[in-house]
Amino acid sequence: MEDMKPEQVTGDYREEILQYHDGSQRTVLISDVEVPYPEGRLIVSSTDQNGIITHVNKSFIDMSGFTEDELIGQPHYILRHPDMPAAAFKGLWDTVQAGTRWQGYVKNLRKDGAYYWVYATVIANIRDGEVKGYTSVRRKPSRNKVQECIELYPTLF
Amino acid sequence: MAYQFTVSPDFGPSHIAGWQIFNTWLQRQLSEGIHFELYDSFDQQRQAILEGNVDLIYANPYDAAMLVREKGFMAIAKPSGKADEAMIVVNAESNIQSVEDLKAGTKIATTDDPDVHVMGMIMLEPADLNTTNVEITQCDAYVLVAKQLLRGTSDVGFFLEEAYHDMSAMVRDQMRILVTSQIHIIQHVLLVGPKLANRKDEITNLLESMNKDEKGQGVLDSLDIKSWEHLEHEDVEFMIDLMSTLVE
Repeated sequence: MEDMKPEQVTGDYREEILQYHDGSQRTVLISDVEVPYPEGRLIVSSTDQNGIITHVNKSFIDMSGFTEDELIGQPHYILRHPDMPAAAFKGLWDTVQAGTRWQGYVKNLRKDGAYYWVYATVIANIRDGEVKGYTSVRRKPSRNKVQECIELYPTLF
Repeated sequence: MAYQFTVSPDFGPSHIAGWQIFNTWLQRQLSEGIHFELYDSFDQQRQAILEGNVDLIYANPYDAAMLVREKGFMAIAKPSGKADEAMIVVNAESNIQSVEDLKAGTKIATTDDPDVHVMGMIMLEPADLNTTNVEITQCDAYVLVAKQLLRGTSDVGFFLEEAYHDMSAMVRDQMRILVTSQIHIIQHVLLVGPKLANRKDEITNLLESMNKDEKGQGVLDSLDIKSWEHLEHEDVEFMIDLMSTLVE
């Protein structure tokens, strides 16, 4: 995946290098701008068994700042924000690969370096008894729960 | 052998005549006896499904999971441009301006319409509300939900968007919409059961060409449906997966 470029980001930013579970890494540029979750929407995406994006809905495109073409075929960790502890995602994959639903609060990174919080549910897409991929559905989170995560997540690094 | 067709009980009387016309049209097209049966509640309809008495159903998306994954129903079609969206509505005079203004103990008027109830509860989550800290009154019809709001006996009401707009302007003018879902994917679907499975392709073709002849178009008009859209089995599986992420 390509490193983020300063011209993508609006305003002040900090630079971090993210290491992903597959051994790859990416330079991301992070701003302090939070984009509010849109009322009444669900942000939906699906991946194949390897976490490669196969489907996104319009709300996903709108909130991520990417185009559909920029998203399809990319690893889902394109959204990963460096403030999210790796342990949270390990728990997510361990849970859904065991066929169980995972739910949690996630801070996502946008293409422009801003972020947005979601309450995410991830499930395996099981067809004829086999896992064909995964679907993630995000909804508007409670601010109290988000505040708890803002305090908790830095302790998990 | 007569088959049985039913529609989800969340439609008001104004829609029922249209479904009766649809059933008559379908019987003629298939040269097959199909009995149109209506159930007063979702519970009664589910019981009939469990007893194997339903062969064709215009199903609520919430029930699609059970129908497809447990009872072997298959997706045939969906009406174009008719997603089920839910609304959270308050009395026009209410002090509540956003979902986040709601507190524990909020009184909710809802119906037994399962997908609308699920979507409504999800839209209350940003205020930390859930079934453990709200008071829920289940009403038999959306007009009774409106009545609860107008009398001030409930703080918020859950509506199917279509049902809300079906109410008179006089009633709607006394209410205010707090939030409307924009999910787009969740909608009622037409499903065929195992006993009618051998006619599935025939029924699908009839529905897809329905808007191409005058009689078919007249039936669609009576249902307030523009046309039927082809539904792949995976489309309905995806909708079921999505619904399952919303149900606790």
